[in-house]
Amino acid sequence: MTKRHLEPVLWLLFSGGGVVAAVFLPILVVLFGLAIPLGLVQPDYNHLHAVVSHWLTRLVLLGLLVLMLFHSAHRFRFTLYDGLQLRRFATPIAVLCYGGALVGSLAALLIVLTV
Amino acid sequence: MSAPITYRQPVSRLWWLRKRTYFLFVLRELSSIFVAWFAVFLMIMVVAIGRGEASYQNFLNWAASPVVIVINVVALAFLILHTVTWFVLTPQAMVVRVGGRRVLAVKEVYVAGRWVPAATVVRVGGRLPASAVIASQYAGLIVVSAFIAWLVL
Repeated sequence: MTKRHLEPVLWLLFSGGGVVAAVFLPILVVLFGLAIPLGLVQPDYNHLHAVVSHWLTRLVLLGLLVLMLFHSAHRFRFTLYDGLQLRRFATPIAVLCYGGALVGSLAALLIVLTV
Repeated sequence: MSAPITYRQPVSRLWWLRKRTYFLFVLRELSSIFVAWFAVFLMIMVVAIGRGEASYQNFLNWAASPVVIVINVVALAFLILHTVTWFVLTPQAMVVRVGGRRVLAVKEVYVAGRWVPAATVVRVGGRLPASAVIASQYAGLIVVSAFIAWLVL
């Protein structure tokens, strides 16, 4: 019963997360995943700290992280169902996927509040 | 009264290797792993930045290690696949209304376990082809990317 009501919400989170992942992630991976670690660009630490400490950055970051985690959980759940034909294990898979997203979201909240 | 027994042909676990389109579909869905990976990566980075300059330097050393760089190169490829396929899907999954009435789609597309109405063939108010929706999304991508690069650098 609750599952039926939850499904549209989960799909909404999935599509919201899909949009933010599509728009924000490529540049974030290029910058923070590759260019900065490889030393191609070197932003000043104090500047980065100031950007991350700003309340607006933290709020946006929290929104992005939560949406991306639930997007990922929802899509991965169906990848396991359809890709590996694991529909038999639907309940444990759903619990693991959304549980993971929930734990990640709480971690994100904690990080954003304490940074 | 027992439920009727219907025969279901078992589907191979490797069904997605049979056709190029199936394989691309599974690759597209697997991008989800890298979305989660980079969410975690960003969290680790933010914690490191918050803890001070030495901690940030440690993070950079870890992020520059070959394994992490390789993961991020693969992640970038998957995320570009996600972006491109997502932008193509958006106009398809949009509910198109013409004069306040919902237009029924002719075909459907399969995304994350759900068939959604595909509205690519429908034009709103005479002319809003899917390409316009796709182009505006790329414009959004460029604006957001430029803003983030400006903010960080």
